[in-house]
Amino acid sequence: MDLGLSEEQEMLRTSARDFLQKECPKQLVKQLDESDEGYSPELWRKMAELGWMGLVLPEEYGGSGGSFLDLVVLLEEMGYNILPGPFFSTVVLGGLSILAAGNEEQKKEFLPKVANGEIILTLALTEPSAKYDAASVKTKAVARNGEYVINGTKLFILDANVADYLLCVARTKEGVKPEDGITIFLVDAKSPGVKCTLLKTLARDKQCEIIFDNVNVPKDNVLGEVDRGWPVVESILQKAAVAKCAEMVGGAQASLEMAVSYAKERVQFNRPIGSFQAIQHYCANMVTDVDGSRFVTYRAAWKVSEGIPATMDVAVAKAWTSEAYGRVTLLGHQIFGAIGFTMDHDMHLYYRRAKAGEIMFGDGDFQRAVVAQELGL
Amino acid sequence: MDFKFADEEEAFREEVRQWLKKEIPQRWIELDPGIWEETEESWALSRQFQRKLGQKGWIAPAYPKEYGGLEMSHTKRLILAEELAYSGAPIGIEVEITVNWVTPTIMLYGTEKQKKDYVTRVAKGDLIFCLGYSEPDAGSDLAALQTRVVEDADEYVINGQKTWCSYGHYADYCWLAARTDPDVPKHKGISMFVVDMKTPGITVRPLINILNRHSFNEVFFDDVRIPKDNLVGEKNMGWYQLAMALDFERSSIGTAAINQRIIEELVQYAKETKCNGGTLADDPLIRNELAGVAVENEVLRMMCYRIAWMYSKGLHPSYESSMSMLFGSELIRRLGNVGMRILGPYGQLDVGSKWAVLNARIMRMYLSSISMGVGGGSNEIQRNIIAMRGLGLPRQ
Ligand SMILES: Cc1cc2nc3c(=O)[nH]c(=O)nc-3n(C[C@H](O)[C@H](O)[C@H](O)COP(=O)(O)OP(=O)(O)OC[C@H]3O[C@@H](n4cnc5c(N)ncnc54)[C@H](O)[C@@H]3O)c2cc1C
Repeated sequence: MDLGLSEEQEMLRTSARDFLQKECPKQLVKQLDESDEGYSPELWRKMAELGWMGLVLPEEYGGSGGSFLDLVVLLEEMGYNILPGPFFSTVVLGGLSILAAGNEEQKKEFLPKVANGEIILTLALTEPSAKYDAASVKTKAVARNGEYVINGTKLFILDANVADYLLCVARTKEGVKPEDGITIFLVDAKSPGVKCTLLKTLARDKQCEIIFDNVNVPKDNVLGEVDRGWPVVESILQKAAVAKCAEMVGGAQASLEMAVSYAKERVQFNRPIGSFQAIQHYCANMVTDVDGSRFVTYRAAWKVSEGIPATMDVAVAKAWTSEAYGRVTLLGHQIFGAIGFTMDHDMHLYYRRAKAGEIMFGDGDFQRAVVAQELGL
Repeated sequence: MDFKFADEEEAFREEVRQWLKKEIPQRWIELDPGIWEETEESWALSRQFQRKLGQKGWIAPAYPKEYGGLEMSHTKRLILAEELAYSGAPIGIEVEITVNWVTPTIMLYGTEKQKKDYVTRVAKGDLIFCLGYSEPDAGSDLAALQTRVVEDADEYVINGQKTWCSYGHYADYCWLAARTDPDVPKHKGISMFVVDMKTPGITVRPLINILNRHSFNEVFFDDVRIPKDNLVGEKNMGWYQLAMALDFERSSIGTAAINQRIIEELVQYAKETKCNGGTLADDPLIRNELAGVAVENEVLRMMCYRIAWMYSKGLHPSYESSMSMLFGSELIRRLGNVGMRILGPYGQLDVGSKWAVLNARIMRMYLSSISMGVGGGSNEIQRNIIAMRGLGLPRQ
């Protein structure tokens, strides 16, 4: 057994940390949070040059053939520094799905463009029911004249405002079970009938409403098999949940470090506030939450990376990390006092993202329901 | 023992309700500013409303009649506070600060002239004070404050910096704690002053809070000259007077009523939101969460009632107020979390987003609630007070 990172992973981590610190200072984070695009094309290009978008893609498609675990290391650093932008959507939700379910032609067409930063992708799954289950997919795709016509509303779609292609999950058949009859389409975001509206959110991440109004999609753009798309979606969701945990672990680690270093510096009553036991206990609680989250996340990531069934592990990781990150950032705020309550300060960037991360891909309640099922309840 | 309100008190509650129904401006309801979200427009509306409230004698109902109060009983005061809070009336922390922090101290320690000058106008709703306590290096350790006041002929001259001064850009006066003797132990050289915010030499610089609003400020004093009359109480005795003022503040009794309103909105939302062929209200997890915060809110309410009751018996709550403030601030944070969980992804949507629910009130509360365990004495300080002053636990 070895719970540590490999030498290459350590190197990746260090270089990612240095790069992001330099290229994505908090000033830029705040600027991007406030912008409508939510990402910096210049930074995006530099990331592509570093090979980040192609990290988990095979060499034949322009990637470097890394593992899912490598990606997790990178995502942790992105969470640590905070990197606004569509990396998660493009690589985790888009790239990995095409790699897993696409045919050769699709892989050849899309993946090299993902790897060199040419296109932005996202997954258009959730709808106004705001749930991650198959029954909630009501958007319809009907075959007509050698094409599909999509109609429906997608909601809370990350980065759709800047996406070139949407992986739209739609119902092609009313099956006996809700899982039957679901198909994934690669939809050009500029297709006539696609209407995207940016929503203002707590985390100031770029979530959108997308209305599909008689959108025509060529038959060739079906990703995977017609009517049999749900298992693909499930597998995307599983990877996405772990990937989100990795980001959250990084964010929690950063919050902890910020708060601990402030507790050492800030003097009240002629002593550093970190010498008060109340504050020490908070810090102890924080690090317990961070370490606890890290290793359940790593185990889930390792299993996914190795292709071992990981339903239980992923649910455990997401259930725990979601809520742990929230606790850590709230304690961080408590330690900072009034200064943390300002827009200028960095703490709220993490506090906001903790809530968004908790909600995305299933919150604690959702994941505990999965765990209960896995326990045979 | 008797937990029942008297008929006359119930009638008073009804009277307040009817009055509020009539007087809360429609525009205020549309603007729906949450805590720390005031704008110039909402501020103007609330000041207008507060003057009307003052005319009724309801801004500072417990004050003596000679200073514009009604000498209202503490139970009725509690009822009034509850109704104002529950109705979402345009009356916020600025009034809490002015009426419950500042003027009670002026009443205890001020001269007759000061009482007439300030207390009476506060009771009418004509004056708002901001608090000049915190400094960059004096937060929880307030007695470490450095802002200096020296005598010069028949004036006082102020130099220094205050921070986190809420409503400093709107207030008429600053209730200032400053150092008048630097050569004695820190608690013994502090005095309290009333400073007109329009005095030359005062610079108010905005600080933007995490709701992205301007609610607090840095305030710089650069050779600010004020009349000698503006010292309140005894020189160098300010710390002890201030300690009294903090106790008054800690008894904010309306919180449970505000929470009640939010819980009711969430209950309504759960009943109306379709889910799995039924509604959210059928979900045992959601029922449990909502029932949980409802239970806690009743606990909080009883803590507040105890404080009102203590006042009515002529007792002076100290650690009891810390307890209700601590419990209340933690509850509002939990309530924010429970609300977010119930609303799910919808909870993240900000005002102005298509699809936002409950006017994004829960999300805004999720942000603003962070300040609740910090401002007015942090939760840690409250716990210290409960443990040491309340339970007599040793300091060392
Ligand atoms: C929204 C808002 C509005 C405010 N409005 C005003 C205002 O109008 N006027 C004004 O003067 N001030 C105002 N304040 C400031 C407020 O009074 C201070 O934030 C508060 O006193 C805490 O000080 P601090 O923020 O400097 O934190 P610090 O005192 O630096 O505390 C940092 C952390 O250390 C902890 N700590 C400190 N001492 C101890 C101890 N002895 N034991 C255990 N833990 C300890 C604190 O609890 C906190 O967790 C406002 C604050 C906020 C957030």
